[in-house]
Amino acid sequence: MQISKQKKIEMLRSLLLSRKFEEELTELCKIERKIPGMMILCTGQEAVGAGVCAALQPKDVIVTNHRSHSHLLAKGADPKTLMAEIFGKRTGCNKGKSGTLHMAVPEVNALCTTTVVGGGPPIAVGIAFAQQYRQGKWATVCFIGDGAANEGSFHEALNLASVWALPVIFVCENNLYAGAQRYEEHTKSPNIADRAGGYAMPGVVVDGNDALAVYRSALEARTRAVAGDGPTLIEYKTYRWRGHGENDLQIYQPKEEIAAWQAMCPIPKLRGDMLAQGLISKDELREMENRIDAIVQDAIGFAEESPYPEPPEALEDVFA
Amino acid sequence: MRSFGMGQAINQALREEMLRDPDVFLAGEGIGVGIHSSPMLPTAGLLKDFGAGRVKDTPVSEAAIAGLAVGAAVAGLRPVVEIMFNPFFTLASDMIVNHAAKLRYLSGGKSSFPLVVRMKSGAGFGAGCQHSHNLEAWAAHCPGLKVIMPSTPADAKGLLKSAIRDPNPIVFIEDMMLYFVPGPVPEEEYLIPIGQADIKRQGADVTVVTWSKMVGVALKAAEQIAREGIEMEIVDLRTLVPLDKRTLIDSVRKTGRLVVLHEATRTGGFAGEVAAVVMEEAFDSLKAPLRRVTGPDIPVPASPPLERFYIPSEENLILAVKEIVL
Repeated sequence: MQISKQKKIEMLRSLLLSRKFEEELTELCKIERKIPGMMILCTGQEAVGAGVCAALQPKDVIVTNHRSHSHLLAKGADPKTLMAEIFGKRTGCNKGKSGTLHMAVPEVNALCTTTVVGGGPPIAVGIAFAQQYRQGKWATVCFIGDGAANEGSFHEALNLASVWALPVIFVCENNLYAGAQRYEEHTKSPNIADRAGGYAMPGVVVDGNDALAVYRSALEARTRAVAGDGPTLIEYKTYRWRGHGENDLQIYQPKEEIAAWQAMCPIPKLRGDMLAQGLISKDELREMENRIDAIVQDAIGFAEESPYPEPPEALEDVFA
Repeated sequence: MRSFGMGQAINQALREEMLRDPDVFLAGEGIGVGIHSSPMLPTAGLLKDFGAGRVKDTPVSEAAIAGLAVGAAVAGLRPVVEIMFNPFFTLASDMIVNHAAKLRYLSGGKSSFPLVVRMKSGAGFGAGCQHSHNLEAWAAHCPGLKVIMPSTPADAKGLLKSAIRDPNPIVFIEDMMLYFVPGPVPEEEYLIPIGQADIKRQGADVTVVTWSKMVGVALKAAEQIAREGIEMEIVDLRTLVPLDKRTLIDSVRKTGRLVVLHEATRTGGFAGEVAAVVMEEAFDSLKAPLRRVTGPDIPVPASPPLERFYIPSEENLILAVKEIVL
């Protein structure tokens, strides 16, 4: 499959934006009381969000999870309102009610971020059902981690999606850890994707640090979904550089392991290929990086300057 | 007015709303083809009339059923899903409690979740505690959910129609014994607003606050005790959330006495909430301590005499009323 220059640039931009956004968050989290709550980052695994979302249409829906930043940014969410939400400000995409862990951006069809592990799949099934009910040619992507594959709701959702041939793609980012537990300690089967067979759907294993491979596999699953041929489970093998929250000491992640995966960072891989193939020049790359830097600095400035919500605003938005 | 049971009244509500709005669909276990086939049941005949595209028999997967509702609702449909028995709320509860109830708030009001979860509840058919367990207080304890528990066929129909049109997630609890208790239902179309209690009987001596199947128990007890010159006022809450505090408080101010009656177990039951509201807002009008008449703090037993012992009776209520009136 040929991937256009424009698509590759879109993915590279998406990777760089997410990385910069989160690198800044890592720094901001070092400042006492700057960022409320847990800061769970997808640094190192951004190729999944970038590649999958590049394969989607604007009307396709995503349901995401703890490590949502790259998914939301790749789907087109405004970095300013995301950053303000992460800061807990009134101008945040959810008025400060969500924080980093539950951001919903319906404007770009990021309809739900849930951080109850395993909460996403049944909801993605419902959204995909609505897409099928309305006979649209759209699909829903549900991002989960390897830990979620051990929740009962994951199995109920895959079964129902398969029985009804729903246009949903279950994207499992296997980043080797669920909380502090390494993959081998929580799952006997070598691949999460092996479970797809139990639900008579395709299960594929893909290098999650290769944005182009991610894009190709997601596009194939999307084509299948919108053709009415049902769901796909894709497992992207990747690795999280950061812990389960920025105050996670990561004592359970060997330093050599982190270094080995950092050497397989998705950014130089795509960037190197594109430079080598002349799809982007060094100057264009520098310009792209500068623009992204400005976008992220703007977002931080916007979040810093925005007011906090007034306490009585806590009482709003419970009911419609 | 024609007279029939709550099952048929719910059936009418579902049918009318499906005809009115093509975005309304039903899903649940055995709601199309089930193990029972009776025109008295809520979803009888709907599969035949609306087809398998809108009446979805699901696998036995309560989390998926509830998640289906959450996802379909945020994508713009109007799901009405059924959880076969109230105790299976546990299996569906993550989707209802952590998602249906919270996602609107988490979105800062951007997203809506217009969904109805129908749950069949109530003791009285000898099935024991894993099929009979009234958990309305659990649902009422979760901000973001509205909780409806009707007592008559007419109320069930009008409230369910309102629930389907409401932009919020709603837990609609039906006592299965009421499916077979006939009552008058208006011929013409009507809605009953969510959040309005209904005074099912006027009386001067004591306010009995109750809902669902226990309204019938209270009405029978009221007739008996009226022969002894005690007049019960029966306030049927109909909706636990939002709670119609006004009607409740006005009635207690009038009678000066309160008994709260529910089938659910006692500790942490919704009677405690009703009692607290009255203590906070109408303490000065109470002439006697309030009383709760509830199921005992035990799982619902299966054996008929044990199950009868569990379910609050007219005698239990009359005893409690006499304690504070005489």
